[in-house]
Amino acid sequence: MSNGKLLPLRLEGVSFTAGGRTIIDGIWLEIEAGRSTVILGANGAGKSVLMRLMHGLLSPTSGRVEWSAPEGRPRKQAMVFQRPVMLRRSAHANVAYALKIAGVAKAQRAAQVREALDGVGLAHLARRPARVLSGGEQQRLALARAGALHPEVLFLDEPTASLDPGATREVESAIRAFDAAGTKIVMATHNLGQARRLGDEIVFLDRGRLVERAPVEQFFSKPQSAQAAAFIKGELPWIG
Amino acid sequence: MFEALGTALNLLAGLDPKLVEIVLLSLSVSLTAVGLAALFGFPLGAAIAVGRFPGRQTLIVLLNACMGLPPVVVGLVIYLLLSRAGPLGSLGILFTPPAMVIAQTVLILPIIAALSRQAIEDAFREYDEQLRSLGANRVQVALTLLWDTRFSLLTTVLAGFGRAAAEVGAVMIVGGNIDGVTRVMTTTIALETSKGDLPLALGLGIILIAIVIAVNAAAYLTKELAQRRYG
Repeated sequence: MSNGKLLPLRLEGVSFTAGGRTIIDGIWLEIEAGRSTVILGANGAGKSVLMRLMHGLLSPTSGRVEWSAPEGRPRKQAMVFQRPVMLRRSAHANVAYALKIAGVAKAQRAAQVREALDGVGLAHLARRPARVLSGGEQQRLALARAGALHPEVLFLDEPTASLDPGATREVESAIRAFDAAGTKIVMATHNLGQARRLGDEIVFLDRGRLVERAPVEQFFSKPQSAQAAAFIKGELPWIG
Repeated sequence: MFEALGTALNLLAGLDPKLVEIVLLSLSVSLTAVGLAALFGFPLGAAIAVGRFPGRQTLIVLLNACMGLPPVVVGLVIYLLLSRAGPLGSLGILFTPPAMVIAQTVLILPIIAALSRQAIEDAFREYDEQLRSLGANRVQVALTLLWDTRFSLLTTVLAGFGRAAAEVGAVMIVGGNIDGVTRVMTTTIALETSKGDLPLALGLGIILIAIVIAVNAAAYLTKELAQRRYG
């Protein structure tokens, strides 16, 4: 039980090392409520690991990740992965499962599931087995599942990286709907267009370091760091 | 040889009562054993798959090794436990079908547990982050994976049934191969062959193989259909 707001989220000198390799290197960052935040960077810059550290799937090797209030239960922050894992059951049951895990009473689940599926335009596919849906449909279902409890914060890790343009548009409009409904969006992407379309502010990562943080317009028109400027021009060498 | 085969087919066609009785006892013993082994083997496999505890690796190796337990050795151990002087002798079930069920359960429990552990652990690798992200605890993760791997688990049950239906050693030792009481297909085949009564042995052999093929086909079809339907 916690009525306090989770945000702001504070990262205090967070580092993450795996197999002798530093993936996240001393990040200080405060994520505030409101405007949506895009974590931008090349492949291998550490975006996914940073998202997992914030979401709580990974623990920092050093430093601290601090919410402003206890996370409580049901969790008030959720995450959508690049490749969502759908359970071998219907779309409806996938969302109901998340509600059940979160402790929502059975009597209330059906209505909440319908609302969540409606919100991402999947009401007509509720009875379909989730695993036979298309990639874009699965990703929207993942959004419905993560958003069914109206989390305060929604983390999105490259949510459209493996989708075609049509499906990407649908997923982006579903993300916008969450944003409009007041959910804080924190999204990792390497796609400049998507960062512009969905982001209000950019947090730019390069090799595990936070290099620059700026409002979208400013970031794209007047990047302060050489790395960001190079990335925007598409000149940044691919980092494995 | 062909004469024996002809007589065997006649026994089958005429649903010889003795033959039917043996087949039904075989099925009820092996199916009960499979049911019990699944009841304990699935939770055991799931617990090892998602659990993290000291000695886990050793347990996995031992469990895998136990898949190859020799039926006669299992039979011997259960015999010693159930014999009048043994710790469970007071039950008085040696040379009865329940003793055969126990022996076969012990024989196939490691098969079902080890194979389901593998299937569930593979799925766990795929589901782990997603389920933790949704807030599931270890027990919920295990239950979710048991349900989501249900079609793979069908195969493990099948492997267990195949082993139970085909083994002779364990049921022979603890059942005693008593006519009309504990005589099953495999023990009858062994006995009748040594007596030189080939038709009954052949007839039972045909049925045994037919059952194993039919069960495999049913499981294969179920899995195929499920895969297409649920992905």
